[in-house]
Amino acid sequence: MVTYNLIGAGLIVIGAGIGLGQIGGKAMEGIARQPEATGKIQTAMIIIAALLEGLAFGALFLGK
Amino acid sequence: METLLNDFSPGLFIVQTILLLGLIFLLVKVAWKPILTSLNEREEGIHGALEAAEKARAEMQNLQADNEKLLKDARAEREAMLKEAREIKDKMITDSKEQAKVEGDKMLKQAQAAIESEKKAAVADIKNQVAELSIEIAEKVLKEQLANKDQQLKLVESMLGDVKLN
Amino acid sequence: MEEVSKMIRTLVLLCTLCISLQGFAISEGGDQGAVDTKDEVDAYILHHIKDAHDFHLFSYTGDNGERKHVGFPLPVILWSSNGLATFMSSEFHHDDAGKVIVEKGGSKFVKLHGKIYELNAGASEVQFDEHHHAENAAKVLDFSITKSVFGILLVGLLMLWAFSSLAKQYASKKVPTGFGRVLEPLVIYVRDEIAKPNIGEKKYRQFTGYLLTVFFFIWILNLLGLTPLGFNVTGQLAVTAALAIFTLIIYTFSGNKDYWMHMLWMPGVPVLIRPVLAIIELAGAFIIKPFSLLVRLFANISAGHIVVMSLVAIMFTLKKSLGVVGATGLSLVLSFFITLIEVLVAFLQAYIFTMLSALFIGMAVAEHDHEHEHDANGHDIPDAEDVRGDFI
Repeated sequence: MVTYNLIGAGLIVIGAGIGLGQIGGKAMEGIARQPEATGKIQTAMIIIAALLEGLAFGALFLGK
Repeated sequence: METLLNDFSPGLFIVQTILLLGLIFLLVKVAWKPILTSLNEREEGIHGALEAAEKARAEMQNLQADNEKLLKDARAEREAMLKEAREIKDKMITDSKEQAKVEGDKMLKQAQAAIESEKKAAVADIKNQVAELSIEIAEKVLKEQLANKDQQLKLVESMLGDVKLN
Repeated sequence: MEEVSKMIRTLVLLCTLCISLQGFAISEGGDQGAVDTKDEVDAYILHHIKDAHDFHLFSYTGDNGERKHVGFPLPVILWSSNGLATFMSSEFHHDDAGKVIVEKGGSKFVKLHGKIYELNAGASEVQFDEHHHAENAAKVLDFSITKSVFGILLVGLLMLWAFSSLAKQYASKKVPTGFGRVLEPLVIYVRDEIAKPNIGEKKYRQFTGYLLTVFFFIWILNLLGLTPLGFNVTGQLAVTAALAIFTLIIYTFSGNKDYWMHMLWMPGVPVLIRPVLAIIELAGAFIIKPFSLLVRLFANISAGHIVVMSLVAIMFTLKKSLGVVGATGLSLVLSFFITLIEVLVAFLQAYIFTMLSALFIGMAVAEHDHEHEHDANGHDIPDAEDVRGDFI
């Protein structure tokens, strides 16, 4: 039972990691393309990362 | 999930709600309202001051432009006046030159005329005097000649001999 | 440059101090004795992230083998079946296994895993079932001044003192001096970076008070959680739930006609889909949004505490394989960097919570005065403004 939970947690972390990587990478690309929009991109990035994080944590705690 | 629900303490929830409500009301009353009001006031003040400075700068620029314009005008006026003066001077010079020339000519002419008339007069005078002298001489001669009949005849003859009949 | 390096030095010093004190706390922490093995560390960490009824700094074993606890008791206030009961937490004598029974106002109370239970009438001892749950005892409404409530009070008073003194400074002069100079940019930051862009120039003013309070409340409590005092206030589900419900209440009651219209009867979509959308929107507004707010803060802070304490615990769990110096060095290096990250997370979570609250409020009060684009059939094409809510 515990093992299944741990596998699930691992899957969640993998998914969230891919998502966060995408967000961070795209944000970096955006900043590189338009350095003057850094502030706006960072804000949007943090918001989206937070939303994703909320989802991931929600899933983790539902499985706990 | 089950452990989470087990950990959830309704008492703490209620206490936190009450405390947070109190904290929000107190902070809004003693802190946030005065802080935000004075921040806004200060920002408006800064904004106003900046605007006033900008205005003053624009005014200053206007003034400077005006000054420059005035200066330019003055310079142009001076230039014009100088030019006018120069022209007047030139004109005066030429005018007076001409006038002088005319006058001179006139005087010259007058002088010439006077000289001419004087000459004429002098010539006439001389002529008169010569005539008178001639007459006097002639008189004297005649008087002398006529005193002697022979001589009178001789004279007539000589005179007649002089006169060429042409 | 010198200022920055000075700041970094101070930060490093503080982090090191925190870690070493936490290490000390773990090593001497357990109620039963010094913590050494992995299971004991796990138990200690789980105990730590829970609320406590007394303010316990550390324990040590005295000369005669007796456990000594350093800290102070906090008042316990209970609403039991026989009415209100108050006593000091020291009456439990640091018992957490339900052995010590306190009798007050005709009820018998025991403390079990950080919770206070009231024994059923006639019972004189806690009976456990096979899952180690109490069989003959029920939870009571616990209004105690627990460690978390103590932390909340502390932070509340701190904030009241700091910000009212800042407010007083403005009465006499335009620019604050001293500590006010640190607070002012933070207040301006919350107002200009969180409240204004998310709520809008016109209506931000009336919500800024709430956002400022919540921001500083969460941030200071998060930072307090990093100190060795052992506070874990923003890691309590009840606390974050209360915060999230405040946001929920505010954006529900300040929502304008457009907000409810878009929630209940979405314009611009076929009539048959509207009820389905309404259900989704309602679930989003009343369940998903507050739930994501409360879980995010709780989970981040709890996870942070668990990670820091686990890394500190490497000192003891890897002592056998790496030696004392190796284990301590590894633990110090790892926990030092994680603590630095936690300092960032402490700010980030306060920022995110405030930011999302502002965003939700902004969505509720947004003026939909813009003209919708129409497609060929005359239907509204929802623009980004309208569908933004579906993604949050």
